[in-house]
Amino acid sequence: MKLFIISLLSGIISGMGIGGGSILIPSLVLLANLNQHEAQGINLIIFIPVSIVALIVHFKEKNIDLTSAKWIIPTGIAGALLGSYIAIKTNPDNLRRCFAVFLFFIGIYEFFKKDRST
Amino acid sequence: MHNRHLKFLIIGFITGFINGLFGSGGGIIVVPALVFLLGLQDYKAHATAISIILPLTLISTLIYFKSSIIKLDIALIVGIGAMIGSFIGAKFLKKVPIPILRKIFGGLIIYTAIRMIIL
Repeated sequence: MKLFIISLLSGIISGMGIGGGSILIPSLVLLANLNQHEAQGINLIIFIPVSIVALIVHFKEKNIDLTSAKWIIPTGIAGALLGSYIAIKTNPDNLRRCFAVFLFFIGIYEFFKKDRST
Repeated sequence: MHNRHLKFLIIGFITGFINGLFGSGGGIIVVPALVFLLGLQDYKAHATAISIILPLTLISTLIYFKSSIIKLDIALIVGIGAMIGSFIGAKFLKKVPIPILRKIFGGLIIYTAIRMIIL
């Protein structure tokens, strides 16, 4: 039940276009006692069904810049392979600390970011 | 190779690397990169970002899955909760002041980050 409530709340926030993994992963670690590896794995796998639905909608509305995607994806895959291998080889507690530093900068960025869309 | 193409390749590598390393964060890298470095409009950048991150996430998920990190029973509960939540969030999107929410969110994230370092 606790897991469900955490997921529901993080889903609400990410549905508003802020957060996503930056809310879900810490919540799973701090409140549901998952280790960093498990929390990251959960965030990765649940992104797949959610994003497929969104992608279909965007594709139909022609919002996707295919030229950019075509150029960015190949090196992206190389980066994903390297990043994932480092992640699984790193001790979860150390990985959690690295993640926390990354998260700290995201927090600063979100806090000072100016909303240009509204 | 043009300067623009070099940018694409670098953005791709960093996005994939961060997304694989932290199981998240691809969007926070690639969306600003598409907007500020390549000049895409906001809504296009968001949509394009998803099309980029999906294949990268598939690769990363496979690698995590092979090393038995992913717990499918938990993923099912979290997945359902997150999906219902994101529908609710999207509905409320136009009713809440996003800039204020962003400040609260930023503050919460900074606090959370500090807790995760000292845990």
